[in-house]
Amino acid sequence: MSSQLIFFILAALSIMSALFVVFSKNPIYSVIWLIVCFFSIAGHYIMLNAQFLAIVHIIVYAGAIMVLMLFTVMLLNLNKATEPHKPMLYKLAAMISGGLMLLVLLASMRSTALGAYASPAYTESGYVQNVGMVLFTEFLLPFEMTSVLFIAAMIGAVVLAKKEVH
Amino acid sequence: MQLTNRSKVVTKPEMTWVEKLYLPAILGGLQITIKHLFKKKATVKYPEVKKEFAPVYRGMHVLKRDEQGRENCTACGLCAVSCPAEAITMDAAERQKGEEHLYREEKYAAKYEINMLRCIYCGLCEEACPKDAIYLTDRIVPSEYTRGEFVFGKDMLVERIDDRVDVSKRKKEYSI
Amino acid sequence: MSVLVFKAILVVVLFLVSLGIAAYSTYAERKVAAFLQDRIGPDRAGPFGLLQPIADGVKMFLKEEIIPTLSDKFLFILGPSMFMVTTLMVSAVIPWGMPLEIGGEMFALQVADVNIGILYVLGVVSLGVYGIMIGGWASNNKYALLGAIRASSQMISYELAMGMSVVAILLMTNGSLSINHIVEAQGTGKLYGFINVSGMNWNVFYQPVAFLIFLICAFAEANRTPFDLPESESELIGGFHTEYSSMKLGLYLFGEYINMFISSAIISCLFFGGYNFPGIEYLGTILPHNIVSIISVLVLFGKIFFFIFFFMWVRWTIPRFRYDQLMRLGWQILMPIAIVNVLLTALGITLFGN
Repeated sequence: MSSQLIFFILAALSIMSALFVVFSKNPIYSVIWLIVCFFSIAGHYIMLNAQFLAIVHIIVYAGAIMVLMLFTVMLLNLNKATEPHKPMLYKLAAMISGGLMLLVLLASMRSTALGAYASPAYTESGYVQNVGMVLFTEFLLPFEMTSVLFIAAMIGAVVLAKKEVH
Repeated sequence: MQLTNRSKVVTKPEMTWVEKLYLPAILGGLQITIKHLFKKKATVKYPEVKKEFAPVYRGMHVLKRDEQGRENCTACGLCAVSCPAEAITMDAAERQKGEEHLYREEKYAAKYEINMLRCIYCGLCEEACPKDAIYLTDRIVPSEYTRGEFVFGKDMLVERIDDRVDVSKRKKEYSI
Repeated sequence: MSVLVFKAILVVVLFLVSLGIAAYSTYAERKVAAFLQDRIGPDRAGPFGLLQPIADGVKMFLKEEIIPTLSDKFLFILGPSMFMVTTLMVSAVIPWGMPLEIGGEMFALQVADVNIGILYVLGVVSLGVYGIMIGGWASNNKYALLGAIRASSQMISYELAMGMSVVAILLMTNGSLSINHIVEAQGTGKLYGFINVSGMNWNVFYQPVAFLIFLICAFAEANRTPFDLPESESELIGGFHTEYSSMKLGLYLFGEYINMFISSAIISCLFFGGYNFPGIEYLGTILPHNIVSIISVLVLFGKIFFFIFFFMWVRWTIPRFRYDQLMRLGWQILMPIAIVNVLLTALGITLFGN
């Protein structure tokens, strides 16, 4: 019962904060609502007994990526006067892509049946040791591939940031 | 052209590996600071412990009285003349009958003012005074709120009969 | 007594102790600063100035509170509160001593022995920067903004090296992330395998490099000199808390001292055996269990106080870094050393076993 209650509170919080991210006028508030959203999702992970995933989610997203986002947003000039007027074409493109997104979501939701809430069974698969075990045996190749991807991104960043030598 | 042989050519040699670690230098610095933890403290706890003034300290002026409590000053004006900052002004007056217990000489200063903001505390008035009347003491000039209040009159300068100021340290014997 | 009641009491006690230590750290800071500079420091409020923190607290509460007109009011208030909350949250996973025995039951002196202990610490510490950033931005002041930006980049840079140095410690304790396990592992076994002093098997003897990196990063994370660029009072007039006054400023200052306290606690737990002390097993045989527990708590606090003193000691020794030096140290020196240290530790463990 209590876990169900916590689940619904967390779910409501994550949906609400996600909506606020979109609807906030001030980008700083958007970023802060996004952080709240990440926290509620981390709460969901903890509900599923995936502590490692939850804390990594917080460290990586809330602790590092969102700090950088906030960093950039803070440096922007947020005066209303500097906001550019968006041409009609942009609005049309946004409308079409949003509509397509809705279509995909609807299609996927139609095929899923909404079951009753079932309290997740107690598992230890979310613990660090078990996550590590799975990552480095069953999913070793995808895991290493992602690290290659990161290296590629890092090298790209270094190349972009480096001064050109004539 | 070399004028003296005290000049030194500054070189900045490449740092060795140990120096580049910076840790020995930091440890050395920590050692120096921790030594100060046990050193004698320089603080004087002011209101309880007062620091001795030097004997040559020149603070607020006093107009002395003699042993019988009569004012020494005879308003000769030598102090005002000697004053490089022109801080001293005075009005002289003649001693009336029945005032002999107040003033030592027949002429006295009816008004005697020192502008403490102009005064540079050089002590020339004290040197100039032929009557042992003015001395600079080790008292500190009190703070005031306005500039006008810093013009001290006789009420601030003349020493009180019941609270004599000791100037023995500043009395000098001159032989002419 | 149920576990829940005990934990609730522990949380309240920890909260009060953290605040008390933070308050007296301000006093200690001024005293240490004074003594290192041949002065005597505050000595007017009470004997030896012991009531000074209370006087400071009253002053902070009674001062006029100014919120700049053009600031973002909500965020301006949110900043210091977030900073305070995140600093206080870390103390939950630190084992403060050996378990207490009350009515035949054992109660661990730790609020939550979570499976991910040290990651929790890193996570919460990384959140601490939000308080500074939000406060600095909301002030609508260029110095505050500069301070906030410096804080965020500095914290992100040093978190990486910090995490890497912790990895070496985790390798030492069979990969357990729980701080409780890390501390317990340092209380058993012989030092270097042959020096038989109980409770002396501290990580610092195996991992001096990791300790050094962690210490430097702890300085940077707690915004202490030589890494106090976010609030450098001589160039940024206080940095992110330029516009703050009254108790909101007090929260920032307090948070810094709580940060220092918690960092010291974590350093003690990870590298200096936490509540373990030489001869802990021998004392356990001659004294009742609870008394040994209390001694262990006192020992941990002794270590913490030493590190708090060390923080202050360093503050009055080393001048502040320049910004590019700070970044170079973090990324080009500490990071590679930490990674090499992890690799060497792994190699050593595979070659020599434990």
